[in-house]
Amino acid sequence: MTQDRSEMSEDDDDQRSPPLDLRSAAIAEPCSSSSSSSSLVVVADSTPNKSRNCISSSSSGTLTSQPFPDHVLENVLENVLQFLDSRCDRNAASLVCKSWWRVEASTRSEVFIGNCYALSPARLTQRFKRVSSLVLKGKPRFADFNLMPPDWGANFAPWVSTMAKSYPWLEKVDLKRMFVTDDDLALLAESFPGFKELILVCCEGFGTSGIAIVANKCRKLKVLDLIESEVTDDEVDWISCFPEDVTCLESLAFDCVEAPINFKALEGLVARSPFLKKLRLNRFVSLVELHRLLLGAPQLTSLGTGSFSHDEEPQSEQEPDYAAAFRACKSVVCLSGFRELMPEYLPAIYPVCANLTSLNFSYANISPDMFKPIIQNCHKLQVFWALDSICDEGLQAVAETCKELRELRIFPFDPREDSEGPVSEVGLQAISEGCRKLESILYFCQRMTNAAVIAMSENCTELTVFRLCIMGRHRPDHVTGKPMDEGFGAIVKNCKKLTRLAVSGLLTDQAFRYMGEYGKLVRTLSVAFAGDSDMALRHVLEGCPRLQKLEIRDSPFGDAALRSGMHRYYNMRFVWMSACSLSRGCCKDIASEMPNLVVEVIGSDDDDENRDYVETLYMWNNGCMF
Amino acid sequence: MEKVGDYDELVNLKATELRLGLPGTEETISCGKSNKRALPDDDTEKEIESTGKTETASPPKAQIVGWPPVRSYRRNSIQTKKNESEGQGNYVKVSMDGAPYLRKIDLTVYKKYPELMKSLENMFKFSVGEYFEREGYKGSDFVPTYEDKDGDWMLIGDVPWEMFVSSCKRLRIMKGSEVKGLGCGV
Repeated sequence: MTQDRSEMSEDDDDQRSPPLDLRSAAIAEPCSSSSSSSSLVVVADSTPNKSRNCISSSSSGTLTSQPFPDHVLENVLENVLQFLDSRCDRNAASLVCKSWWRVEASTRSEVFIGNCYALSPARLTQRFKRVSSLVLKGKPRFADFNLMPPDWGANFAPWVSTMAKSYPWLEKVDLKRMFVTDDDLALLAESFPGFKELILVCCEGFGTSGIAIVANKCRKLKVLDLIESEVTDDEVDWISCFPEDVTCLESLAFDCVEAPINFKALEGLVARSPFLKKLRLNRFVSLVELHRLLLGAPQLTSLGTGSFSHDEEPQSEQEPDYAAAFRACKSVVCLSGFRELMPEYLPAIYPVCANLTSLNFSYANISPDMFKPIIQNCHKLQVFWALDSICDEGLQAVAETCKELRELRIFPFDPREDSEGPVSEVGLQAISEGCRKLESILYFCQRMTNAAVIAMSENCTELTVFRLCIMGRHRPDHVTGKPMDEGFGAIVKNCKKLTRLAVSGLLTDQAFRYMGEYGKLVRTLSVAFAGDSDMALRHVLEGCPRLQKLEIRDSPFGDAALRSGMHRYYNMRFVWMSACSLSRGCCKDIASEMPNLVVEVIGSDDDDENRDYVETLYMWNNGCMF
Repeated sequence: MEKVGDYDELVNLKATELRLGLPGTEETISCGKSNKRALPDDDTEKEIESTGKTETASPPKAQIVGWPPVRSYRRNSIQTKKNESEGQGNYVKVSMDGAPYLRKIDLTVYKKYPELMKSLENMFKFSVGEYFEREGYKGSDFVPTYEDKDGDWMLIGDVPWEMFVSSCKRLRIMKGSEVKGLGCGV
């Protein structure tokens, strides 16, 4: 049911792929790096190392003329490769030989770039000639937690200006953690007449004026999804900017837009959008207005409610029958929103509960008493996000009813280290026993035990994503007082499909030994305030062959550990290490020994006493698209 | 500072260069921690327990940057709700001419104008100069203004603090030529 999961912002890529080696092409790309005044960029020598790649010797970079069989082969190949969709397969095909590389490049229509600094827009357009869809990721995830200077980069501008010239047929742009300006959006709207889908996840730098231009000029627009992005309020009535005739809109998500909207215009827009299936409103749409919208749009499959509350005192006259409006939405399977919830109105959603496969309560402060009657109807639920205000009791209710649950995310209502924690190992244990099909979990809590984590590892064998955040740093098992090593060890050992892991609590090197020994499929690892010594990081770097994304903060790992991973860094999308024990000298050494690695050191150059100390290291492979 | 032009220049660096140096402009920007966005510093000072327990006002632990790892976006959404539900806080938007982001601050955190001004100066990295009753702010291109209940734009500091807090709807730090007519440098 990946379709429903795409309603939520995706943290993980499902595709596995060998790194796409671009250095086999004619011109070697010198190291490109982001620049920011607060960062010291260590730029290394960039002579290409062609002998390293897997392509056969015919890819020496000089085009010698080949005998005619190749031309026939290329025609055939073109016809065949058009059917290859998967990025993984395409990357593999491109490595066969120069001829396959060329044909694959000419038939690839969707390009995924996991790190926008891994290659330049020019290289993209040089190699791929017929791109209609671009997925681009910018800043690393730890930027979300204020660990990066705000002006670091990841600008969309060079990409849109290059593509404007090379891909006039571009239809889709999907960006995550990029800096996008209104000018960029204007250029996009003007340059691509057939443009259909704009998805901006965790982006910033633009406002409602940019959105207005897109709404107005992209006449074929099917998808406009603004998800968890910072959108400035330019006081532009962007909803009114959509063209007056029937639209192609299938999905419109603007729940993150912190600006009032013209409801009348929205109502009109929905009325003339017969293909609209997904609608996510912001909190400036009241319950009364939602009611009207629902009555006019019964074909919706995915709904994000606005503010689920009344502005004024309830009128003396009859209130609208909200339950009736929901009853009319027979197709709604995905429900979110509930900003500014007045809990007494929650029962209005009863009519749709039985159909729901995805429910997001993570902005709603709901108590167990309010929650239980709702969840008891949600037998088909597969994706569930909520605040910990539902307590262990609420989680027990989930465990009793939601036997089809695949993804669970529990966020803290009070995101501080020393707050009360309404959820604990009790909730986790209950979920593990009731929701055996669980594949992905993100769980914030204040206390946890190894026993509960072990139980989950044994009960939920389908787990691919396990992210546990014990909010107090270095906090041990609160019953035994021991480190959380055994719990996380059991996860890597028993969950044989695990690809993503985030650890927390008190952890010694032993936990990392387990990760290195058993985490053979792990691609993404997040570590914070953990480990005792370099050995911990070494275990992981030496033992996890599939590791691609490594993010570490505030852990005692030093130069020796960093060096021990040099055989791995070319095969990784990125490595992030902040507030560890690295020295500048070591980073420089690595940069000079690994020509195609970009080694960026951020911060701490204003501290004269500690000039050798590296506050943040961010490094990635230059020339690999992943 | 990352600019479109810089990107192309960087790509053309000499191939054998091993260099240490700050790319781009000379402007020094302090490292990430002090430039952090949207994690309200006021948080630690005035946070009231949402569980409703009565507590002695023990100094809250210093918050570690970015921990627990909850996105600013989510924190802010929940923060607003917590305050609204308790009737606490008076959040107003703050914009500055030329800055790409809007900010929000809670006016109830401050007791008087100098505190507020200091906070704004820190937030946007500028200085307002000195306030004079007749002439307004001198010594800076930036002028702090606010929109009051009647929709008028006023100079911050002209009315008594309490009156300001109760009538202020939003703040705007104006720059340069915009400020004429607001009583600056009369």
